[in-house]
Amino acid sequence: MQDIVDQLEAKREAARQGGGTRRVEAQHGRGKLTARERVELLLDAGSFEETDMFVEHRCTEFGMADQRVPGDGVVTGQGTVNGRLVFVFSQDFTVFGGSLSESHAAKIAKVMDRAVQVRAPVIGLNDSGGARIQEGVDSLAGYAEVFVRNVKASGVIPQISVICGPCAGGAVYSPAMTDFIFMVRDSSYMFVTGPEVVRTVTNEVVTQEELGGASAHTKKSGVADLAFENDVEAMAELRRFIDFLPSSNLEKPPVWPTEDTVERDDFSLDTLIPANPTQPYDMAELIRKVVDEGDFFELQPDYARNILTGFARIGGSSVGIVANQPLVLAGCLDIDSSRKAARFVRFCDCFNIPIVTFVDVPGFLPGTAQEFGGIIKHGAKLLYAFTEATVPKVTVITRKAYGGAYDVMSSKHLGGDVNYAWPTAEIAVMGPKGAVEIIFRSDAGDPAKIEAKTEEYRERFANPFVAARRGFIDDVIMPHGTRRRVGQALRWLQGKRTQEPWRKHGNIPL
Amino acid sequence: MFQKILIANRGEIACRIIKSCKKLGIATVAVCSEADARALHVKMADEDVLIGPAPAAQSYLRIEHIVEACKATGAQAVHPGYGFLSENAAFAEALAAENIAFIGPPVRAIEAMGDKIESKRLAREAGVSTVPGTLDAISDPAQAKRIAAEIGYPVMLKASAGGGGKGMRIAFAESELLDALERAQSEARSSFGDDRVFIEKFVEEPRHIEIQVLADQQGTTLYLGERECSIQRRHQKVLEEAPSPFLDATTRRAMGEQAVELARAVGYYSAGTVEFIVDKDKNFYFLEMNTRLQVEHPVTELVTGIDLVEEMIKIAAGEPLGFDQAAIRLDGWAIEARIYAEDPARGFLPSTGRLSTYIEPEGHGIRVDSGVVEGGEVSLHYDPMIAKLCAHGRDRATATARLGEALDNFVIEGPAHNLSFLNAVLGHPRFIEGRLATNFIADEYGDKFTPPDLDPAAERRLVALATAMRARQLSRAQKISGQLPGVALTPPSAFVAYVGETAYAVEAVERDGAYAVSIDGDPAMELVLRWRPGLELARASIDGEMLAAGAKRLPEGFALTHKGAQVRIMVRRRRAHELAMLMPEKPPADTSKLLLSPMPGMIVSIAVEVGEAIKEGQTLCILEAMKMENVLKAERDATVESIDIAAKDTVSADQVLMTFA
Repeated sequence: MQDIVDQLEAKREAARQGGGTRRVEAQHGRGKLTARERVELLLDAGSFEETDMFVEHRCTEFGMADQRVPGDGVVTGQGTVNGRLVFVFSQDFTVFGGSLSESHAAKIAKVMDRAVQVRAPVIGLNDSGGARIQEGVDSLAGYAEVFVRNVKASGVIPQISVICGPCAGGAVYSPAMTDFIFMVRDSSYMFVTGPEVVRTVTNEVVTQEELGGASAHTKKSGVADLAFENDVEAMAELRRFIDFLPSSNLEKPPVWPTEDTVERDDFSLDTLIPANPTQPYDMAELIRKVVDEGDFFELQPDYARNILTGFARIGGSSVGIVANQPLVLAGCLDIDSSRKAARFVRFCDCFNIPIVTFVDVPGFLPGTAQEFGGIIKHGAKLLYAFTEATVPKVTVITRKAYGGAYDVMSSKHLGGDVNYAWPTAEIAVMGPKGAVEIIFRSDAGDPAKIEAKTEEYRERFANPFVAARRGFIDDVIMPHGTRRRVGQALRWLQGKRTQEPWRKHGNIPL
Repeated sequence: MFQKILIANRGEIACRIIKSCKKLGIATVAVCSEADARALHVKMADEDVLIGPAPAAQSYLRIEHIVEACKATGAQAVHPGYGFLSENAAFAEALAAENIAFIGPPVRAIEAMGDKIESKRLAREAGVSTVPGTLDAISDPAQAKRIAAEIGYPVMLKASAGGGGKGMRIAFAESELLDALERAQSEARSSFGDDRVFIEKFVEEPRHIEIQVLADQQGTTLYLGERECSIQRRHQKVLEEAPSPFLDATTRRAMGEQAVELARAVGYYSAGTVEFIVDKDKNFYFLEMNTRLQVEHPVTELVTGIDLVEEMIKIAAGEPLGFDQAAIRLDGWAIEARIYAEDPARGFLPSTGRLSTYIEPEGHGIRVDSGVVEGGEVSLHYDPMIAKLCAHGRDRATATARLGEALDNFVIEGPAHNLSFLNAVLGHPRFIEGRLATNFIADEYGDKFTPPDLDPAAERRLVALATAMRARQLSRAQKISGQLPGVALTPPSAFVAYVGETAYAVEAVERDGAYAVSIDGDPAMELVLRWRPGLELARASIDGEMLAAGAKRLPEGFALTHKGAQVRIMVRRRRAHELAMLMPEKPPADTSKLLLSPMPGMIVSIAVEVGEAIKEGQTLCILEAMKMENVLKAERDATVESIDIAAKDTVSADQVLMTFA
């Protein structure tokens, strides 16, 4: 027995060593922590329970028979973040470059199955050179095992990916199917085909960082939700992020105590909307002043900046925020912003997170780039997402709500539960000037008449009362009371239940 | 007494006048431009009248609009505040023609003191000490030599038509005189088309000290002590105090009596200020008389206990002063700091915009005169002063300490501001010693303010504060719902805090609402934290001593502002620190290949295309900020690799606009 215990300790020790001192030092030298170090920072101290520490690969090809490292390049298990259960897999780049073998994949599949079974989030820390080429199709089968689980777990438990190193080729499709992707600046990249292939095929010369670094994916592609400075900051912020999320689709969002009362008025909001209707203002200020403690965890802050998405809390409990940003493209909806917001809304709906929408939208962005890019289908995604969402939906129109974009932005017609408007709201088919130019097209040569009619249209429609008269707006509220009114609505909406006819699933316009 | 007063001004001074009116039970009328329709002074007044578009020339300076507003509202008197029409004789006359009282001095006093040369002549006649020199233009070099010899070197040659430092030359000896004269004349000619130049004594290490006078219509004329306003930047006062740390009782009395003489000589009534320049030997010379309420009047009010606005109103209504010279006592010390919307780090460039956060300090001996609230706007159309912060205490040190603490408790977000700069000045040894001169800021800071480093003790207190804040964040997160049964979490207590390169090992243990904080193994301090997550002002008592700092959350810590310093403190759990140490430090991003936005604004146009080869100095794009177009140019030859912005985009400071290969 003592012999076995000694062996056990020796094996554990061997597993903890990962790829050995030299490779660990090289990992650190690249500005990266090891798989275990990351897990240690992510989870509550001492809470990590590792599984499958002794799993090894079974490959015998190309000399692999002699090369075995317990754990096979991925550390898996569960632990807690502020006492709440999460499952983790963390790829170990120091072992076979973190490459994915059949048994490596089986370990990931195992924690994912457990996470789904007990309804707790799964967090993947990706740092892998790709497929274990020596294993051939076994490795590819392994990927597919993970992909299938990503899909089956989607909407059941939150899945979060942190790209902490390379993630290339087919490997990208596991993170791609998770709910959120975070990256680490300068040490992570993800792409389907790397710079070498790109050069051979298209003659484009790019570096890994340019092609698939954190900057590319947070600013250009929108694939990643956020980027962090380094592994230490990434783990600290990831903990903060997890605090916003319910553990599964069966649970309400978590609550924590706050001294910021829901009844807090903020009179500075009464002057947020500039006197000049064409002047922009920062919607982020409204969000910060309405939510608890000014704490807004913004997602995709550098992508499609004309819409703001992210998590916050009101009354200590998580809410999802969607808001047009007048500072960028006047807050217009376009392809990127529609996709960004639609995906976020669907996440909130999956996990019972109420959605608070702030609207100041002059319409959809015009142009051939938008039309040829398929704004019709992409805009429809957001319309679809808001409509299908059954979580509590509270909407506040601050200024413009024009045309189809008004309908899209969680309007009453799409099933908005509580729809408020500020006195500055203008709910209309379009701006007064545009409207008059169409209605009185024949008078285009008479500027005085056009101006008079514009003023008449403004008087008639550029206010919240037309919509309020029809009940499309539940109430016109003062800006300073927005937090109180939204918070109260969220309180009584907690009991919201809906019943939809059975269907296999809807067919969102992808 | 008047029943209704119209205030022909805006901002803090309008608000301040309304307060005195309310105290006296007088109804108030505010006037406002279109830009000020939502301003605080409009909210505070009983009535308001819109008098024109945003530019002052079309609103606050339009005499007929204001007279019209008086008639429409039935206001019996007008308080002009300072600036705008406050020293405009035509305005006072226009009011008089409508039988509306002007709350200020008689027209003839305004006229007499409004003329530079005339006022000096009157002062001389009244026996007031003036800067030795000529009042008339000098005709030839020989005359110049003679006069210079009479008054003694150094002398200053000044353009008669001058202003703004143009056409001014100093000669320290006769050998320099002729050259200085020629240059002054030629500069005067090219700048003003008028080469007349006069000579006066050049005062070295000059201090600006002024006497507040108060006179009624019955002939009582008093002086209310002095204010020293030597801390100036480009002739704009920044810090003012009463009394002056420089004057003795004899000089004070002499200056006061001369000021009263001058006021009497022009038949002055109401409040007025006689400005003097004082040299290092306490010789004082008359500069000018301001026939209005001064911006810095609160320091006089604090040390004398007299409400100057109230007195001005009573005087205008014909009431006699209820006290005499003997009754005027200077109690303690008062200092005023002017909070400006300007960016000290960018050469004190004026800044404008919405005050997204605005929290004024409160406390014993603290007075804030402001015309804004959170959500208000600093408009480019008017003076960039946001508020005046005054502290009063039994002596100068107490007042300085209170003012410094109040500055730490002042939070402004939105436009750039000079809070840190002011606090740095208060901590400057020369300020503490009272060795002031009008060139203090230029000498000590130059054109640009670089925040000072904190002294080590203050840095440690901030480290303790930031660590306690982080501990509070983390321990609150441990109170989240949905925890596994049986989980017992211990709040983290072992931290490492970084200030720049310096790392401090910090223990912070919470017990009975207080933190025991020990830095690098030193004996623990007792820290009572008055902060909760989200507050932009962090306060704590550390071993019984209060500490306040502006606080902004960072990913792993806080940016704190305190006593003029701006410190980023990252607080990591000790284990995170150990692991972070395993990794090499990241080299700072190479910004030489980037075009960063120098300030927040909007892109007007882009002048280059991707792939274009550009030359040094070539225009890349135009950025509009504060209604000013800024041309951003290439700093070296390069090729445009990417353009990350489009016309009409709003950009933030330091945002990447373009990259170059």
